[in-house]
Amino acid sequence: MYEGIIQDLIDELGRLPGIGPKSAQRIAFHILQNPSADVNRLAEVLVKVKEQVRFCARCGNVADQELCGVCRDPRRLQTVICVVEEAKDVVAIERTREFRGLYHVLGGAISPIDGIGPDDLSIRELLQRLADGEVTEVILATDPNLEGEATATYLSRLLRTYDLTVSRLASGLPVGGDLEYADEVTLGRAFEGRRVIERG
Amino acid sequence: MPLYRDEAVVLRTHKLGEADRILTMLTRQHGKVRAVAKGVRRTSSRFGSRLEPFMVADVQCYEGRNLDTITQAESLASYGATIAGDYGAFTAASAMVEAADRLTEDEGSLQQYLLLVGALRSLSRSEHEAGLTLDSYLLRALSIAGWAPSFVDCAVTGAPGPHRYFVPQLGGVVADEVAPPGAARLDAGTLDVLGALLAGDWPVAEEAPERSRAQASGAVAAYAQFHLERGLRSLQHVDRSGPELPRRASVRPPIGPVDLLPVPTDPAATDRADAPVARPASPGRADASPETPAQPAGISIARVAASPTTAAAPAGHPEHQEPPA
Repeated sequence: MYEGIIQDLIDELGRLPGIGPKSAQRIAFHILQNPSADVNRLAEVLVKVKEQVRFCARCGNVADQELCGVCRDPRRLQTVICVVEEAKDVVAIERTREFRGLYHVLGGAISPIDGIGPDDLSIRELLQRLADGEVTEVILATDPNLEGEATATYLSRLLRTYDLTVSRLASGLPVGGDLEYADEVTLGRAFEGRRVIERG
Repeated sequence: MPLYRDEAVVLRTHKLGEADRILTMLTRQHGKVRAVAKGVRRTSSRFGSRLEPFMVADVQCYEGRNLDTITQAESLASYGATIAGDYGAFTAASAMVEAADRLTEDEGSLQQYLLLVGALRSLSRSEHEAGLTLDSYLLRALSIAGWAPSFVDCAVTGAPGPHRYFVPQLGGVVADEVAPPGAARLDAGTLDVLGALLAGDWPVAEEAPERSRAQASGAVAAYAQFHLERGLRSLQHVDRSGPELPRRASVRPPIGPVDLLPVPTDPAATDRADAPVARPASPGRADASPETPAQPAGISIARVAASPTTAAAPAGHPEHQEPPA
């Protein structure tokens, strides 16, 4: 147990996800040993990120203005919306450079056991975006786990009343994996979604 | 580090660290187990979907000081994949696993395991309406845990029924002279449905009018919430709108506020039926499930340990067991 401000720093660091008391202590002493300029830079960024970063008013992605970079970009396809659970998923999809449409961040997935229902996600905002008729396709890119699949099921049921194409990201074998270790559900979906390479 | 192997149904998962998960599983022989599945969140994980909630797997674990660690897993039944494709079934299954988690707080039992696996299988096959399957599961799981309700004879005095007042705190229906002021009165149809759900008499439950089924759901919810002390969070999200899906519209809906799918009504609100009671259902139907323990006519709410001899469900591979009804 340290005294004063050092213990305060350790306590604050220990509240971060994945940081235990020992890690917090190690980081605290690393900060103490670092040059002042480095520590100031870290402190400034921490303050700035909290002050400036907000959620996009349209899609819910993280943004430093009212709209995020994707929503502001006029070159993006305005007719396709990719629905994801979290802002981190936007970054993952952007890294592929395959998708040129817009996003909608739900803010999680439906998980009744955790008390999260449809009303706790930004589904209403999604439906309001679809109401003007400009969007022709919604891609459901929720996580391929149970909650993500159930959320996609719920959304697809909801979107049946709209005149648009609803698609779901394909799931199957991961690149670099072994077929023999694939579970039955994944392998079954890989068969369902197989591609024709050559038609005889 | 002793290794053990068991059949398990995954109740819930929690994220741990970068790519791990803590799983809460109800096993056939080891009761409720909390174990770490390392690297399961990576897309290249060899566990894949085998350790998702509602999945039944043959798992090998080694014992740790606080948490066990899963070393191998093989699928026995992939209920999760089909259940996630039906939103009503998903919400019902979520409530089931939450109830199972709570009812096996200290230790599990073979009966609870078999009942849950059977109920999940029934949901995945859409054998019955998801809401009814859930209500039936809750009544039976509570019965196994020692909180069997009485829907015929007075739960307090044992006076022969039928009785009209339903008091969850007292263990079911009670005689008029015992009923506290403001006790809910259930109509005959609702009590018929409740008895049928407890006994597994599906034709009676499925043919009952919508109003009776809704009241029965409310009564089951109130009974479960009271005996589980802390409410089940999943219950308020259970989607009872049925399998009917809205038809695709040829025109777009008007711009403006958009209503989401109907939110289930407050279960407590449906607990205030005021219709007269003519004939409550009997809990001891002839075609009761083999997994349903025999119900005494009038049972108090005192928690009694379920006797191992009441575990009449056949042992063996879950795929070869009878569904709960």
